[in-house]
Amino acid sequence: MPALTSEKKRPVPRSAGRPLPELIFGDLWEYDPAPETADPKLKPRYDLFIGGKFVAPSSGKYFDSINPANETKLTEIAQANAADVDAAYSAAQKGFAVWSKLPAKERAKYIYRLARLLQDRAREFAVAETMDGGKPIKESRDFDVPMAAAHFFYHAGWADKLEYVAPGRKVAPLGVVGQVIPWNFPLLMLAWKLAPALAMGNTIVIKPAETTSVTALKFAEIIQDAGFPPGVVNIVTGFGETGAAVMNHPTAVKVAFTGSTEVGKIIMRSLAGTDKKMTMELGGKAAHIVFDDAPLDQAVEGIVNGIFFNQGHVCCAGSRLLVHEPVANAVLAKLKTRIRTLRVGDPLDKNTDIGAINSKEQLTRIEKLVAAGVKEGADMFQPACKLPTKGYYFRPTVFSGVSMSHRIAREEIFGPVLSVLTFRTLDEAVEKANNTAYGLSAGVWTDKGSRILKMSTELKAGVVWANTYNKFDPTSPFGGYKESGFGREGGRQGLLDYCKLI
Amino acid sequence: MSSGSTTAFRHLLNEIGSVDQVGIEERVAKYTTRSIKKASKVQGLKLAASMVDLTTLEGKDTPGKVASLCQKALAPHDGLDCPQVAAVCVYPSMVKHARRALGEDTAVRIASVATAFPSGQAPLRTRLAEVKAAVADGADEIDMVINRGAFLAGEFQEMQDEIAAVVQACGEATLKVILEVSELETYDKIRAASFLAMRVIRPGDFIKTSTGKTSLNATLGNNQVMIEAIRDFYLETGTPIAMKPAGGIRTAKQALQFLIAVKETLGDAWLNNTRYRFGASSLLNDLLRQLEKEKTGAYQAPYYFSEAAESY
Repeated sequence: MPALTSEKKRPVPRSAGRPLPELIFGDLWEYDPAPETADPKLKPRYDLFIGGKFVAPSSGKYFDSINPANETKLTEIAQANAADVDAAYSAAQKGFAVWSKLPAKERAKYIYRLARLLQDRAREFAVAETMDGGKPIKESRDFDVPMAAAHFFYHAGWADKLEYVAPGRKVAPLGVVGQVIPWNFPLLMLAWKLAPALAMGNTIVIKPAETTSVTALKFAEIIQDAGFPPGVVNIVTGFGETGAAVMNHPTAVKVAFTGSTEVGKIIMRSLAGTDKKMTMELGGKAAHIVFDDAPLDQAVEGIVNGIFFNQGHVCCAGSRLLVHEPVANAVLAKLKTRIRTLRVGDPLDKNTDIGAINSKEQLTRIEKLVAAGVKEGADMFQPACKLPTKGYYFRPTVFSGVSMSHRIAREEIFGPVLSVLTFRTLDEAVEKANNTAYGLSAGVWTDKGSRILKMSTELKAGVVWANTYNKFDPTSPFGGYKESGFGREGGRQGLLDYCKLI
Repeated sequence: MSSGSTTAFRHLLNEIGSVDQVGIEERVAKYTTRSIKKASKVQGLKLAASMVDLTTLEGKDTPGKVASLCQKALAPHDGLDCPQVAAVCVYPSMVKHARRALGEDTAVRIASVATAFPSGQAPLRTRLAEVKAAVADGADEIDMVINRGAFLAGEFQEMQDEIAAVVQACGEATLKVILEVSELETYDKIRAASFLAMRVIRPGDFIKTSTGKTSLNATLGNNQVMIEAIRDFYLETGTPIAMKPAGGIRTAKQALQFLIAVKETLGDAWLNNTRYRFGASSLLNDLLRQLEKEKTGAYQAPYYFSEAAESY
């Protein structure tokens, strides 16, 4: 058949005059609104949860909880002062006497009950989480709530096997622990904190973030339904002062904090010189590294998942993209095409990919840093998607032509904003990736296994994902290097942070 | 496999890029969580119906059965405002019967599998003669199978030359190139075969997943690999290639998921039956059943919908 080869009609190469072929992502076939309709069962007002009961704050003060998707008031939350925190700690101390003496297999039953009751009310909790925090319902439904339940299941499994957690050693609970959690994964962070502490036999005073206290307080109902002894878990709500009171209380033998590096430093300063144990899970500015042999479409999917998951409100978000020079243009082009199909809008719509920014304050911070990026000369790309008129929204944003000295390459933005840098050699990629005060996570995309192993040892990050991103599991310890904190959550390592070794 | 074929594949993949199985399956799983309701559902169902290549490919096919199929293609169901399907798909010996049943003046096209479908294991001259005969009998479209043996051995030139020969034999008829994905084993090879085929076919010709005669046919994963190849090829050359998943798409829900993949990967220009088709037989009645449900609010028993032909 050789003759045929020459007669083949090959597609004509594009001549200089013709316009570039373009894909049209329009509204020829538009999805209708598909809101999740389950009732979140919110009370008009939430009190503090102390000693197994809901109690009014001693100050009588309440603050509004706002739905960031439409700026309407969801409910009122009690504002705890130092006296309330005191009451919570004394309840926890009484609770410790009971809880720590329970046989381990009995403790396990309670924790299993938490997991199952949460699963029973999964849709209700997903809707509440989305209304309270602005994250898309598909994420709270498919990630936050099931993962929170998984953490309780996993740690319930450990509760009666603690003699194997540290071979050759015995373990004992610490006592009362104080915990402060952030607003990006309100229920999941609650689970990360409560589950290991409970499994080890500790009792807890925990403070959720002021903008996202609803699911924690709904979880208090589950704690009641599970029949926990009073005082094992106490939930106090409020602002920064309440958090400081929880961290600094003399009864707390250990404190655990997840949040910004800035606040983490304040806590560490105030606790310096005390004998409290500490774990800190702080900020990040993760490098997401794409080599030229990577499967590019899947890498782009990973990049999108890495930075736009939960509107970028993720401490381990892949916010710095480092692309190998030979494929930099191809990756950027594919990324822009992909971003055009992301759906930004009502978080309760099942088809929404990017929901609302958690608070007005955070939106302002993102806008300020993006403005700095533009001012410093980086090229900004945003898709032309429509945003709702009310509520806090921000378009997915990609900056290219970013250098290491740009603010958007150094500071944690905590929003849907990606900075793209390039590199030529593996060593340069490692150097750039590690040139940050943070060290929480990193991602590597390559077809070469040996390169993955080398990168995972060279990168100073608590987690290195290879050919995937943002994967979590209760069995896998999570935590940072450098200013991203210390201590681990999840797995055996996470448990060891909640016990004394004897 | 010989080292020659390995080298050939390596060269090709270096050029067109590879596919990560885990990653692409995660991607397509997200399409299945999209929620299509109300007007958009009705629109999607009708769009899918208009893209159906209503198919009968059995040894026991008869002129009567083909006539019944054609009738169904022309008028799928009363009272639902359902469009005609895109085409009927039959064996070459049935093309003239299909033409008689549909008449000359019809929007429903006649597609015929040819080239010793489904195996392709006949001499090239026989395969080309089959194509010419089908076209002469009135086929508007030809569904050919690639030479998988040549492809897997790394004999890309041979595979492409054969496709090019079929393109010539088609004349005016549209060509659909069946990759038979279940025999290609990896997503990398599906991508490779897609590119090799696209480089020798004409704008508006199709690449197609499967014959429907093997265990694994069209899946969202295979479909995604192929539409991403089409997208990359289009952006590189400006040549639009059409796509046809075939086999295994039986429910309206599946069809909508495939359309979501098209909408979010190739965009609006591929949301019509000149650029996208479903090779299916039982799909049509499920689409009709869902349309009826959207109209009346109640599911009707399957026997309320006429079968296109017996034994579907």
